[in-house]
Amino acid sequence: MASITIQSITKTFGTVPVLNDIDLSIADGEFVVLVGPSGCGKSTLLRMIAGLEDITAGEIRIDDRRINEVAPKDRDIAMVFQSYALYPHMTVADNMSYSLKLRKTAREKITDAIGAAAGKLGLDPLLERRPKALSGGQRQRVAMGRAIVRHPKAFLFDEPLSNLDARLREQMRAEIKRLHKSIGATSVYVTHDQIEAMTLADRIVAMHGGIIQQVGNPLDLYDRPANLFVAGFIGSPAMNFVEGHCRAGAIETDDGSKIAVPDGVHLKDGQAVTVGVRPEHVRIVAGPEAGSYAARVDLVEPTGFGTIVHVRLLGQDLKIYTLERGAAEVGQPLHIALDGARLHIFDRETTNRIG
Amino acid sequence: MTRKRIVLTVLHRLAVLAYVAFALFPLFWLLKVSVTPTSLLYTEGIRLWPSQASLEHYRFVLTHSSFPTFFLNSTIVSGATAVIVTIVASLAGYAMSRFVFRGKYWIVGLLLLTQMFPLVMLIAPMFKMLSPLGLTNSLTGLVIVYVAFNVPFATFLMQSFFDGIPKDLEDAAMIDGATRFTAFRQIVLPLTLPGIAATLGFVFTAAWSELLFALMLISGNQATTFPVGLLSFVSKFSVDFGQMMAAGVLALIPACLFFLLIQRYLVQGLTAGAVKG
Amino acid sequence: MQKIATRLEPWLYSAPVLILIVAIMLVPLALGVSYAFRDIRLLNPFSGAFVGFKHFRELAGDGAFRGALVNTLWWTFSSVILQFLFGLILALLLNRPFKGRALAQALCFLPWAVPSFLSGLDWAWMFNPVVGPIPHWLYALGILSEPSNILSDPETAMWGPIVANVWWGIPFFAITMLAALQAIPKDLYEAAEIDGAGPIERFRSITVPFLAPTMAISILLRTVWIANFADLIIVMTNGGPADRTQIVASYIFTQAFRRLDFGYASAIALVLLVLLLAYSMLIVVLRQTMLTRH
Ligand SMILES: Nc1ncnc2c1ncn2[C@@H]1O[C@H](COP(=O)(O)OP(=O)(O)O)[C@@H](O)[C@H]1O
Ligand SMILES: [Mg+2]
Repeated sequence: MASITIQSITKTFGTVPVLNDIDLSIADGEFVVLVGPSGCGKSTLLRMIAGLEDITAGEIRIDDRRINEVAPKDRDIAMVFQSYALYPHMTVADNMSYSLKLRKTAREKITDAIGAAAGKLGLDPLLERRPKALSGGQRQRVAMGRAIVRHPKAFLFDEPLSNLDARLREQMRAEIKRLHKSIGATSVYVTHDQIEAMTLADRIVAMHGGIIQQVGNPLDLYDRPANLFVAGFIGSPAMNFVEGHCRAGAIETDDGSKIAVPDGVHLKDGQAVTVGVRPEHVRIVAGPEAGSYAARVDLVEPTGFGTIVHVRLLGQDLKIYTLERGAAEVGQPLHIALDGARLHIFDRETTNRIG
Repeated sequence: MTRKRIVLTVLHRLAVLAYVAFALFPLFWLLKVSVTPTSLLYTEGIRLWPSQASLEHYRFVLTHSSFPTFFLNSTIVSGATAVIVTIVASLAGYAMSRFVFRGKYWIVGLLLLTQMFPLVMLIAPMFKMLSPLGLTNSLTGLVIVYVAFNVPFATFLMQSFFDGIPKDLEDAAMIDGATRFTAFRQIVLPLTLPGIAATLGFVFTAAWSELLFALMLISGNQATTFPVGLLSFVSKFSVDFGQMMAAGVLALIPACLFFLLIQRYLVQGLTAGAVKG
Repeated sequence: MQKIATRLEPWLYSAPVLILIVAIMLVPLALGVSYAFRDIRLLNPFSGAFVGFKHFRELAGDGAFRGALVNTLWWTFSSVILQFLFGLILALLLNRPFKGRALAQALCFLPWAVPSFLSGLDWAWMFNPVVGPIPHWLYALGILSEPSNILSDPETAMWGPIVANVWWGIPFFAITMLAALQAIPKDLYEAAEIDGAGPIERFRSITVPFLAPTMAISILLRTVWIANFADLIIVMTNGGPADRTQIVASYIFTQAFRRLDFGYASAIALVLLVLLLAYSMLIVVLRQTMLTRH
C-alpha cells in the first residue's frame, strides 16, 4: 500500500498542452476517481503515474520516492485497461501469472496467488481458457485478477467498465467496490461516467481541459459544485441553468422573471450570474404561490422510478425530476417552484461558484 | 429481370474464366513442353498435350546438369536473406510502429527514397565495392546486397503488422514487470508470427527472383544462382527446350509454395512498398 | 540516465537497418554519382581519371540513348495502362461473391509470384515459333503472314516484353484495387440503391470516387517502378533487335555488364535518376495544386 503525490505536473505532446499544473495527493488506501469528458487528459495523467508517458514537468512520488525516472516495471503498480489488454496467446492462468513469473516468484506461491485471486473473482473454471474464448464480462474479471495477484502498491484503472453492457457494468461496479473494501489498496480510477465516479469514489477529481476543476467527496461535488463545469457534469438528469443579472437584491432573468437571492449570498448590483438548480429541486405546486412560476409542459420522459418533465420557463427548457407519476401531461399549464435553499449561483464571468 | 441476371452472371463467369486461362496458360505451356519428349516436340507442334508424356528432361536436369547446385545456391541465398531481413526489419518496423521520435520521418523518407531510385544505378559501384573485399563471386556477397535491397520494404511490412497489435498489450506487460525488449519478445513477437512468416515469404521470393545483380556479381558455377544458371543455359543450349522448361518448372516450385504461404498478406505486402512494385 | 536510455531506444532498434541502407545503398549511390564524372572501365587498369562532363557530352550525341528514352516512355506507359485497365476489371470481377471465388482469385494472382526472369523466359518461349503457340495462332488469325517470332522483328519486338509485363503485373493492380473496393462501406451502396441509383450511377458516384486515391497512388508508384524494371527486356530481347527494345534501365545494365564501362553507365543512370525525380516532383506539385483547388 502506498500514497501517491502528484506535484505541479504538466504534460505536452509535441507543442500541444494536455495537462496543466496538476496537484493531487492520494492517501494510502484511498479510492480516487478521475472524472471528466473524454479528451480532458485523465488517461494521460493515469499513464504518467504508471510510467507509460514521460513527465514534461513536475514530480510524481509514490511513498515519498520520486518515480519520474523509474521504469513502469519497477513502480510496483497494477493497471486495468479499458481494452483489458489480455495477452491473447496465453491462458487465463498464464495471463495472471505473467507478472509473478517475471518477478521470479516460486512456483507454489504463484499457484497459491492465482488460486486466491481466481476464487475471489469466480475465475476457477476459466483458468485454462484463452481470452478469445471468454465473454466481455469474463475478460474484465481476468484483467482484474491479473492486477490483484501481485498485491501491488496501487491499482490504476482506465475506464475498465466502458466496454461492458449497462447491466454488467453495474454489477462489476459493485464488485470493484467490494474488492476495494476487502483489499484496501490505493486506487486511481479513470472514468467519463459520473455515476461510476459518484458510486465508487472516496474522493472525486473532476477534470476539464487538462485542469483539475474540483476535488472532494462525491456528495460535496454534488451539493456544492465549485464551478459551472462541475455543476453541469455531475448529476443526471443534468442541472438546469438560468442566466440573469443581479438587480435590486434579486436575480432578474433575461425574460424579466425574478429569482430571490438565497440567504448568505452577496451579489454586486448588475453582476452577471448563472443560477443552477437540479431537476429534483424543482417542485410542481398546486397553484400560484409566492415565488412560483407559471409554465407549460413541453415533454414528459418517464424513467420508471421517476419522471422527467420538461417545461418552457424563463425563456428556456427546464427539467423537473419528480417521483409522482402522472404529475403532468404534455401541453398542460402548471406552476412550479424552485427550492430556494438549493439554488447554486455562479459568476458568469469566472464561472466560479458564488453560493 | 431474371433473364438479364442470368445473362450477366454467365458473362461474369466467362470473364473470370478468361482471366484464369490467361493467367495459367503460360505456366501450363511451360509444364507441357517440360514433359514432352524431344522427339515429339517438333512433330506435334502446338498440341495442347503431347501424345506421350515423359519425365526425361527432369531426369536429365537433375542428374546431368549443374541445376541442383544452382537450386541449392539460390535456396541458401534466398533463405539467408529472408531470415536476416526479417530479423533486422522486425526491430526497425517495431521502432517505426511504437516510438515517436525525432528522426523518424527522416528514416521513413530514407526508406521510401530507396524504393524510388533505379537499382541498376548501383550495379557498377556495388561491383567495385565488393570485389576488393572478395565478395564478388560469393554467396555471402549476394546475401549482403539482397538484404540491403529488401530491408526497406520489409520494414514497412513489419511495421504494418506491428500496427495491428494493440499497444496496450506492451503497456500491460511493462507494468507487469517486463522491460520493453522483454515485452517485444514475449508478447509482441509471438502475436506477429503470421506476419513474420509472410515477411519471410515475400523476401524469399524477391531474392529468389533477382537476376541483374547476380549476373553482374557472379561468374563461375560454384556461386551461380538459379536465374543466372538458367539464363546462361538458355544462351548456351538454346535448342534443348524441354530441359530448359523443366528447369523453369523447378524454379517455379519454391515461388509457388511461398505464394501459398503469403497469399493472405498480398494486400499488406503490396501496399507496404512492394517487393515487385 | 533513464531519460537518455529512453531517447536512444528507437535508434537502437533502427540501427541495423540504417547501417545496412547507408553502407549498401547510399554509399554505392554516392559512388555511382561520382563515377558519372570519371573514366571507369573495368577492363582498363589505367582508367579512373576525372573526366568532368565528358560522359554527358557523349550521351547527348548517343542515338542509342535517345532511342532508349523514347522506348522507355513507350514501355512504361503502355505497360502501366494495360496493367491498370485489366487489373481494375479483374478486381471488379472478383469483388462480387461467387462459388469458387477464392480459388479463381488465387489462380489469377499466381503470375505475380512467378519470378520475373522466368516470366520473361516463359513468354519468350511462348513467342518462339519452334515451341510456342502464339505465332501459330497469330498466323491462323491472319495477323502474321507466317508463323514468325515477333521478338525478332524490330517493328513488333517491344510488344513481347510488354505482354509479359502485363501478364505479370495485372495481379499487382488487381490486388490493390480489390482491397480498396472491399474497403468501401457496403451500406453506401444500399443507401444509394434505396435512393434509386442504378448500377451505373452507383459505380460512378460511389466506386470511382472511393477508388480514385488508390488508383492515383498505385499508378504513380508503378510508373516509376516499371521505368526502372529491366529484367524482362534483358531476358527476352536483350534490348534488340537493333536496340528497338532497349530502355534506359536495360541500356545502363548493358553498358555496365557487357561493355564494363562503369563511368558511362553511371552517367546514364544519373540522367535516369534526375528524370525520375523530376517526374516524382511533378506529381507532388500536381497533387498539391489539385488539393488546394478543392
Ligand atoms: N500520444 C499522443 N500524442 C498526441 N496527443 C495525444 C496523445 N495521447 C493523447 N493525446 C491527446 O491528449 C488529450 C488527452 O487525452 P487522454 O488523456 O487520452 O484523454 P481522456 O482519457 O481524458 O479521454 C487528447 O486531446 C488527446 O488527443
Ligand atoms: Mg481515456
